[in-house]
Amino acid sequence: MDNENHTTGSAEPHLGAPEDAGGVRVDTQDRMVIRFAGDSGDGMQLAGNRFTDAAAIFGNDLATLPTFPAEIRAPAGTLPGVSSFQIQIADWDILTPGGEPGVLVAMNPAALMVHLEDVREGGILLINEEAFDERNLYKAGFESNPLDDGTLAGFDVHLVPMETLTKAAVKGSGVSGRAVLRSKNFLALGLLLWMFGRETEVTARWVEKKFAKMEAVKNANLAALKAGYNYGITTESFSRQIEVRPASLPPGTYTNVNGNTALAWGLIAGSQLSGLPLFYASYPITPASDILHELARRQNFGVKTFQAEDEIAAAGVALGAAFTGALAVTGTSGPGLSLKGETISLAMTTELPMIIVDVQRGGPSTGLPTKPEQSDLFLAVWGRHGESPLPVVAASSPSDAFESAVEACRIALKYMTPVILLSDGYIATAAEPWRLPDLAGLPRFEVPFAAGPNAGDRFLPYLRNMETMARQWAVPGMPGLEHRIGGIEKEETTGNISYDPENHQLMTDIRAWKVANIANDIPEIEVDDPDGADLLVLSWGSTSSAIRAGVGNARNEGIEVAHARIRYLSPFPANMPTVLSSYKQVLIPEMNNGQLSRLVKAEFVTPVISLNKVTGVPFTAQEIAAKIMELAGR
Amino acid sequence: MSYTRVDFQTDQEVRWCPGCGDYTILAAVQNFMAGLDIERENVVFVSGIGCAARFPYYMNTYGMHSIHGRAPAIATGVAIANPRLSVWVVGGDGDLLSIGGNHLIHALRRNVDLTILLFNNQIYGLTKGQYSPTSEPGKATKSSPAGSLDYPFNPVSLAIGAEATFVARTLDMDRNHTTSMLKAAHQHRGSSLIEIYQNCNVFNDKAFIALTGKQERRENRINLVHGEPIVFGADREKAVVWEEGRAVIVNRASVDPSRIIVHNAHAEDASQAFALSRLAHGPYGPTPLGIFRDVYRPVYDDALEDQVTRSKAARGNGDLGKLLTSLGTWTVE
Ligand code: SF4
Repeated sequence: MDNENHTTGSAEPHLGAPEDAGGVRVDTQDRMVIRFAGDSGDGMQLAGNRFTDAAAIFGNDLATLPTFPAEIRAPAGTLPGVSSFQIQIADWDILTPGGEPGVLVAMNPAALMVHLEDVREGGILLINEEAFDERNLYKAGFESNPLDDGTLAGFDVHLVPMETLTKAAVKGSGVSGRAVLRSKNFLALGLLLWMFGRETEVTARWVEKKFAKMEAVKNANLAALKAGYNYGITTESFSRQIEVRPASLPPGTYTNVNGNTALAWGLIAGSQLSGLPLFYASYPITPASDILHELARRQNFGVKTFQAEDEIAAAGVALGAAFTGALAVTGTSGPGLSLKGETISLAMTTELPMIIVDVQRGGPSTGLPTKPEQSDLFLAVWGRHGESPLPVVAASSPSDAFESAVEACRIALKYMTPVILLSDGYIATAAEPWRLPDLAGLPRFEVPFAAGPNAGDRFLPYLRNMETMARQWAVPGMPGLEHRIGGIEKEETTGNISYDPENHQLMTDIRAWKVANIANDIPEIEVDDPDGADLLVLSWGSTSSAIRAGVGNARNEGIEVAHARIRYLSPFPANMPTVLSSYKQVLIPEMNNGQLSRLVKAEFVTPVISLNKVTGVPFTAQEIAAKIMELAGR
Repeated sequence: MSYTRVDFQTDQEVRWCPGCGDYTILAAVQNFMAGLDIERENVVFVSGIGCAARFPYYMNTYGMHSIHGRAPAIATGVAIANPRLSVWVVGGDGDLLSIGGNHLIHALRRNVDLTILLFNNQIYGLTKGQYSPTSEPGKATKSSPAGSLDYPFNPVSLAIGAEATFVARTLDMDRNHTTSMLKAAHQHRGSSLIEIYQNCNVFNDKAFIALTGKQERRENRINLVHGEPIVFGADREKAVVWEEGRAVIVNRASVDPSRIIVHNAHAEDASQAFALSRLAHGPYGPTPLGIFRDVYRPVYDDALEDQVTRSKAARGNGDLGKLLTSLGTWTVE
């Protein structure tokens, strides 16, 4: 069974009535999952992304899930070398990239080996048959050729001579030798566009722009794209096309964005809303590096990026920039967050605003660097020496990464505190349609800059705004406000070194209170509970989409269940106790071994049911629905 | 505005051990700062952890006493965020060469506009007397009762190897020499490193006696002066010449004067500066002091600022609305 259902539809994906279109049947479906799979050199990510754009511009709702091999140079043709890209398109508000594909494009035996078991019964297989030679079959671990040994019985199989077709198509384009076959992903894409009744224009325009400076490559790709499309029209082998109609999304202007890009843009928005230059220091690490790449291209926004010598330096450089009055950000993934801990504690105790982005991946240690996990929550909330509380904000989807980044900036600046912003490997690379926000409507940030001396003719760096408890920010270059701060405990108000026991108690309490008080300055959690349910499912981070979908599935089965997503994990929103006490049962599904569960249990002394998984594969809606049904006694 | 030393003093009690070399360095820096033509608010001192690292608390400028080893990284952030500031790093040999060695070499190679004062006392003082990365081999300390097995760094060689554009060495006891090194380092745009031999009279007293003793100092100090032949000794009877590709010390009388190396601190190629740094691996005999190397290379913070300015000029000030639609959009009515 597929894993996400139209909230008003049936549990099974329904096949619409076939229509006749000149000998070709048109199946109308409310959604379809398509997976592109091939060697990492086969250009599957590119093909998937182009198909995504075509679907988005057509007006489908969609969600994508790219999967990269962990090793960049895994040998060609082998199982570890397989790269894939999954997209679910739908005519309604889809939430996840789906489970079992209805269409699989397999560029070689290894791709078929890895992905065949996921394809749903009767699914369409588009296979590059010429890659199925003895050597490739052996490398993929096939003992006999699956194309003719009955393995594929029950599927709608299309063997396409992709290499011959590509060679013929690109003749005369100017590419030669091994480069010829590089265009075969465009051939496959062209065929798929035909199959889904999409024109090739959107893709062709992209090719022309992208390869404008490489005439031969451009021509080869365009020719292969066209050839794939025409192959669909002319060959008898294809007897059906699939139609997925445009979704009815709320009105607005949409773009298709992945989480790393949206997060980077959110930081730029934070810079504009605060009027502070954005400074981003980072050390390359999967899956966070694309944030660095995106921001490095944005110097005309006044953005300065810095590739540091290590994770610790990246945090230090950002802290130096924070001291100097920039909107300072450092980005990383789990192992880097461990390394940055000491610096984050210094930022915390010097009370400087700074944002630390953690794009979580499977851990511990190098773990599963290309797979998502939510297992850095404890590290974010508690992972520092000393009493070092700080706000933690988590993005829940690619488009939500924008708003979450804006929020992280707002809180850091208003309260003069480092803020940890959590994303994960799924949010980072997955894409979804995003309704663009009204930028003019975003409120500008309060930044507590010191205006001048604040105690007679002196400047006391730890004099506070009694409402927010934020200290004033005096940055080098401001005359008369020269002051020293540091890691040794500071005397309240003066900031001078103090070893006084009472003062340390006081400062520790103030810092904790300051962070706890932020609970009153963040939105309350909203519970989606149409029926007055007894069971509440709490979600955070990227699993929220699958959880929302799973809750929908369960409701379709007649089960009453509520859902709330938490963006602010430290401090929790002020209405958490009320919400929790309104339900008999609370279920928390997470891609970890129960970290939010434990936080909630510890903080609110309330029983919680955990649903945990750390396979590197996001939850499916079905897994969530199954757990809800189990709790409902079904 | 003109300042006096008092303007750079703070109300904080200076807490170094009586007799520590840090006092004379602090006085030299405060005096030097008072004579400069930059406003106090544009000066930032960043330090790590250690005895020397208390320095910013005693300078009435902007300052941060940060994390063990991380001062070069934090100072890099300060300098890059605002290239108009005068940014200083203060740290000891443990701070900058051991736990912070990585940040030091990368700051030097990037040529961020920082002046780094490396207080080298060849011992861990704050933690009460363990051997450091510049302690002599075999040194018996609390953590090496049978003698240290570590081979020490030569900080000047290290800095030159790390592509530093300004490298000098001076001594806490010699205020005039220290001041002239501070001046030259301050005038140098880009990263500068001054190794300051600093006596820790509590845990490593007289480590620099070969250069500070009444008689020894006359014999052992090799003063490097750009454009001048390298001769030294109580009666200037020693000279430095090339021999088999190395700089070596000879009796001046034994060589033709034309063979004596004329110091060139501005040579593009770092070979000669490096060779001179190898004349002494520690302050135990004849040891060069002064400016080893002072060359120009594009400065990181200026270059980054320049990229931002040029990007704005070429593409116009960033428009977030346009950026959000740059991947293509569609409209749902
Ligand atoms: S321990 Fe040594 S270096 Fe530290 S303050 Fe005392 S004398 Fe100076």
